[in-house]
Amino acid sequence: MAEILLKVAGLHAWYGESHILHGVDFQVGRGELVTLLGRNGVGKTTTLRSIMGIVEKRTGSIAFAGRETVGQPSDTIARQGLAYCPEERGIFSSLNVEENLLLPPVVKPGGMSVDEIYRLFPNLLERRRSQGTKLSGGEQQMLAIGRILRTGANLLLLDEPTEGLAPVIVQRIGDIISELKDRGFTILLVEQNFHFAARVADRHYVMEDGKVVDMIAAAEVEQNRAKLQAYLGV
Amino acid sequence: MMKDSQRTLVIAIVAALALAAPWVAYPVFLMTALCFALFACAFNLLLGYAGLMSFGHAMFFGMAGYFYGHVVKTWNLPPELGLIAGVAGAAAIGLVTGALAIRRQGIYFAMITLAFAQMVYFFCVQAPFTGGEDGLQGIPRKPLLGIIPTHDDHVLYYVVLAIFLFGFGTIYRIIHSPFGQVLKAIRDNEQRAVSLGYEADRYKLLAFVLSAALAGLAGATKAMVLQFATLTDVSAAMSGEVVLMALVGGLGTITGPVIGAFILVTMQNYLASFGEFVLVIQGVIFVVIVIAFRRGLVGELSALWRARFQPRSTEPETAD
Amino acid sequence: MAQVAIGLVNGAFYAMLSLGLAVIFGMLNVINFTHGAQFMMGAFAAWLLLGHLDVPFWASLILSPLLVGLFGVILERLLLKRIYHLDHLYGFLLTFGLALIIEGLAQWKWGSSGAPYPAPITGGTNLGFMIMPTYRLFVVVAALVVCLATWYGIERTRLGAYLRAATENPTLVRAFGINVPRLITLTYGLGVALAALAGVLAAPIQQVSALMGTNLVLVVFAVVVIGGMGSIMGSIVTGFGLGLIEGLTKVYYPPASNTVIFVVMALVLLVKPAGLFGQKR
Repeated sequence: MAEILLKVAGLHAWYGESHILHGVDFQVGRGELVTLLGRNGVGKTTTLRSIMGIVEKRTGSIAFAGRETVGQPSDTIARQGLAYCPEERGIFSSLNVEENLLLPPVVKPGGMSVDEIYRLFPNLLERRRSQGTKLSGGEQQMLAIGRILRTGANLLLLDEPTEGLAPVIVQRIGDIISELKDRGFTILLVEQNFHFAARVADRHYVMEDGKVVDMIAAAEVEQNRAKLQAYLGV
Repeated sequence: MMKDSQRTLVIAIVAALALAAPWVAYPVFLMTALCFALFACAFNLLLGYAGLMSFGHAMFFGMAGYFYGHVVKTWNLPPELGLIAGVAGAAAIGLVTGALAIRRQGIYFAMITLAFAQMVYFFCVQAPFTGGEDGLQGIPRKPLLGIIPTHDDHVLYYVVLAIFLFGFGTIYRIIHSPFGQVLKAIRDNEQRAVSLGYEADRYKLLAFVLSAALAGLAGATKAMVLQFATLTDVSAAMSGEVVLMALVGGLGTITGPVIGAFILVTMQNYLASFGEFVLVIQGVIFVVIVIAFRRGLVGELSALWRARFQPRSTEPETAD
Repeated sequence: MAQVAIGLVNGAFYAMLSLGLAVIFGMLNVINFTHGAQFMMGAFAAWLLLGHLDVPFWASLILSPLLVGLFGVILERLLLKRIYHLDHLYGFLLTFGLALIIEGLAQWKWGSSGAPYPAPITGGTNLGFMIMPTYRLFVVVAALVVCLATWYGIERTRLGAYLRAATENPTLVRAFGINVPRLITLTYGLGVALAALAGVLAAPIQQVSALMGTNLVLVVFAVVVIGGMGSIMGSIVTGFGLGLIEGLTKVYYPPASNTVIFVVMALVLLVKPAGLFGQKR
């Protein structure tokens, strides 16, 4: 494996009184595309939110580029080069498309330019003056991904980017994620849609009950199909 | 929770104190405190049990005083009619302002009641029957029901105590009635209560009118005791003061407002010589309580009590 | 006609104050009851600067909002930030308490009778249909410029986009690397500075007194209920509009001029409970 960019060890997280993560361990190498798989409610989204520092309480260790981030507020974490695309997409209704796109501040040099992003998502260019939430679901997803490409962050956390989208759009988003990987982005992807995940990822971590229980490399997916089906209940 | 025997003992002690009080302390001070205690309880009924914070309760308290004064002094009618006029007038104002205010929720509700109270205040500044800046002075203390000699402070004290107990008992009954249960359900989750078929707005309006009427009872009684009604009692400062009384004692507790009222009235008595500084001290109390003791005196004490005797129970936040 | 012009002057203050309240509420979820006291502080700061340091009106126009805004920043850091997670009610009570403290202290130090502040511009301007004191004309124009600048700042600039986004979803905005707590502090400082600026503008017209903001803030609450706090432009239009209505009432039925805004509020609650420019909350 290449240099380790993100290393999560013994991560616990809570929302109020409920203890969601019970010691999560995994790591992501620079330039890798890794997925977190698992059924609903096993703690995949909470894992991403913990990495971003937006859960109520977390303990354990999350090292990004060798630096510990547990204990830091989320804006400090983001400024080290992490960017987050939430499951609910988080498009702002009081901002138009272009304002949404320009909202996340540049934290490091080397991000994509606005023109490059519009080239990747031509729909957004057409609708740049529209209110953000007037876009279709697919366009909103593209906007949510597009706006974190400008910032120079090298680790992208994508939470279920295909959820609720038509197959054509899912296909398109798959292409885009592959292209982002080719451009050198490191990506941690949370997915329910295993077929989509299998197409793009280098490795898969499987979560159950707030823990990572298994790791399957892309090359080993075929031998482990039965086991994966049992994990994911498909 | 205290055991029943303990509770009976506490009630007996409080009753004995209440009966003996005017022979120990200055009766007019006690009566004023009782009026404010009833006022604070009426306010607390609305906030603590219906979840509605009125920042304009002075309009009921103060207007009832004017109604009382007008009926007893200008029309020369007996005090019982004055009290009835105060309650009815306050309830009527409550009906009108309440029907409008409950159309908005949360903080807007507070702002709307505050604005209406300010409107009433401006009205009182100009209206001829309030006496403007001077207020209604020298309202005579005439015999209650034709026989009870209210000019005697000690006798009047027991009358005021009875009025207070009547008001307090009414509030206690309301809270523990089926109506009170529905109110609490609406406070905790309005949508669920509506989906269960309750017309939330009607319940809120009724609670608002009841609270206004009881605040009116307190205001009219105060006018009877002190023999005057002034602009102070309809001002925004008075609306704020009753909030502070409930807050000091503990929002949403039954006895908290009574204790809060006694503390504040005592404080004002002793600090009267400080003039404007009383406002500063009140402000400091607001800030300290909101930052550090949101449960108020009764709430914090009962939390301590629970922590001491039931160490494993979780502490509920009051009125959050 | 003169009353209408005075109405516009009052409307200018309503607009600036309700604008500040709306901006603060959007970001902090707090109805800033201290707004009237901060308006008063603005006027007092100008008056003290003139009396003790010979600072002219035009310098106070900048200096006083800066000082009072800084005071707001300290209040926010010290107290307000502790109550954001609580019900709106507590913010209301906390800022009410702060208003009592500030106004009480001012009353204790300087009494409640007012002190005059000399008008920086004298004379009148002929508007064709009436002669208006030039200073009052200046107040209306200045308030309009400040309000529109605030609107532009919020609706058209990058910082404004941060503000709007953080009003919607502060957690996500922070996760993008924006220091939201600092943004909140800044917003409060700005809203307070707006109130103080209104206070400086009011100083030469009203008497500078400890209680000059006490009743004003209550009227502004009604203005905010009428307009709804969802829209910046809505606050500005409502503020000026109600000032005009108040001025007209003074002409046609003077006794109601104090209460007409509250009557309008009652009517709006009947017809459009969410407010003229508001969304239902």
